[in-house]
Amino acid sequence: MSRKLLLEHINVPGINTLEVYRQKGGYRAVEKALKTLTPEEVVEEVKKSGLRGRGGAGFPTGMKWSFLAKPEGVARYLVCNADESEPGTFKDRYLMTYIPHALIEGMIVSSFALGAKVSYIYVRGEMMPQIRILEKAIAEAKAAGWLGKNILGTGYDLELYVQPGGGAYICGEETALLESLEGKRGNPRIKPPFPAIAGLYGCPTVVNNVESIAAVVPIINDGGDEYAKIGIGRSTGTKLISASGNLVKPGVYEIELGLPVEEFIYSDEYCGGIANGKRLKATVAGGSSVPVLPANLTLKLANGEPRLMSYESLSEGGFATGTMLGSGGFIAFDEDQCIVRNTWNFSRFYHHESCGQCSPCREGTGWMEKILHKIEHGHGTMDDVDLLWDVQRKIEGNTICPLGDAAAWPVASAIRHFRDEFEWHIKEPVKSQSQNYGLANYATPIEKAPVTEEQ
Amino acid sequence: MLKVEEQTPVTFSSELLAKFDEIKSRYPEGKQKSALLPLLHLVQAEFLWVPTSAMDQIAAYLNIQPIEVYEVATFYTMYFLKPQGKYALEVCRTGPCCLVGAEKILSHLENKLGVKEGEVTPDGLFSFRGVECLAACGFGPVLQISPEYTFYENLTPESVDKLIEDLKNK
Repeated sequence: MSRKLLLEHINVPGINTLEVYRQKGGYRAVEKALKTLTPEEVVEEVKKSGLRGRGGAGFPTGMKWSFLAKPEGVARYLVCNADESEPGTFKDRYLMTYIPHALIEGMIVSSFALGAKVSYIYVRGEMMPQIRILEKAIAEAKAAGWLGKNILGTGYDLELYVQPGGGAYICGEETALLESLEGKRGNPRIKPPFPAIAGLYGCPTVVNNVESIAAVVPIINDGGDEYAKIGIGRSTGTKLISASGNLVKPGVYEIELGLPVEEFIYSDEYCGGIANGKRLKATVAGGSSVPVLPANLTLKLANGEPRLMSYESLSEGGFATGTMLGSGGFIAFDEDQCIVRNTWNFSRFYHHESCGQCSPCREGTGWMEKILHKIEHGHGTMDDVDLLWDVQRKIEGNTICPLGDAAAWPVASAIRHFRDEFEWHIKEPVKSQSQNYGLANYATPIEKAPVTEEQ
Repeated sequence: MLKVEEQTPVTFSSELLAKFDEIKSRYPEGKQKSALLPLLHLVQAEFLWVPTSAMDQIAAYLNIQPIEVYEVATFYTMYFLKPQGKYALEVCRTGPCCLVGAEKILSHLENKLGVKEGEVTPDGLFSFRGVECLAACGFGPVLQISPEYTFYENLTPESVDKLIEDLKNK
């Protein structure tokens, strides 16, 4: 069994209450940080831990914190990004539902480290039940003196509020989130200035994902060095993986980074293999935005070495043969699934969620959806595949925020690895309406490159 | 466009206004516009949709222009700008849920309720629509029911039938 830092007590009855959470060692990190450490020392521990942002980008959290401007007499804010909307990702919902105090404890320690006196948890509006859970937990924590004025007699004051979103994927982008928190449409801002300089209400602000903030608790309890010992290379610690699609046991799993992908999919400790005795065709390893990979490249690198669940191993080979860890939204497709249909579905999602600010994204996502719809429904031509490639190329890198890239990558990777299947839809317009292309050679194992004696 | 049918006048109760006050107190002086999204949710929970007159009153309450409320209410997908069924069913239609049968659930709902997506049943009880990812991909297909946003997982046509019957008898 691998180590569990976030979900260790997930099955303890009543762990959602302050009382049980305390019995299991909860709020020790607040005591330790507020009573024995300075804010700078907390930041230092998080830096030492090597923790990287768990929302998708993987930027080192400690470094992000150290960029926060600290002008005299200006408020600073910590905003937790709980706008979990990336298709395939549902770990934050899980954490907030079952262990809300882990997030609240992390928010207190992190707010202390950053010198924030008011912090917000921006939760996507659809998660009203989680909002109610968090508000109840905050009330409990406040009544017990963990929030409010002069926490633990240390002179540190903190108010924590939950803010609901209104239903917009784009608000998971940090500057769009801040706009939304200010009561506006979720249009991403041009950077710079970065939120660390001018964020919420123009004040220095840090925006962190739910899981990143929850991970601060074990980092402070055990020390950043201990946390950094878990994992592999620059992928330190544990990561929550949301497993979905055609798996025997979909769900949220906490893994030590560096776990082989094959073990994650097939071992009984995790997903237990592909459902209904089918074979794996493809995966999306880190949420819908990251490149889709055929089964063989999911399990092995291009050189035949096993692929691992880590930031580096998943992106090994760049976009030619690799993908990204992203938010850890792991979607498995069995042999009966159609890559064209799924790519169309994802394109519809991005078209629906584009905020409309930048023309390449606003128009391009719509064109991609239309072209994919055409191919999927048996009306495509060979030129359409090239046109699709051309459109996605013109979106990527040409927009204010990464939603454009996120819309382009699934399309590009689908064409890159599954072009045969697109062409089959075009050549077999009738057959493709009732049959699937199937597994083809997408699961053919990659042989290990032969070791040569020569230098 | 905001049509005439959406101009139903509504009045805010003192209880609702007290909730408004509590929410407004969460933000710094002069930043009361931050309360806009939560206030729209409160209004929708009360009236089951957001009529224009409610938006105008929110604008007056927050001391902002009505257009600032309209542009937000039309940008975000959760705010209903026309009346819905008493139970507004929202089924996730994004990739992972489709891998495990979400499209079947949507067509089943259409047959079961006898209305198209976005329409309200004649008895006023139900409306439904497909929505984008609800962040519960491992438990799909899923649906939620506003205004409480109660959540139902691992749906099958049979469990949907039962849910509809339970709601009818509530």
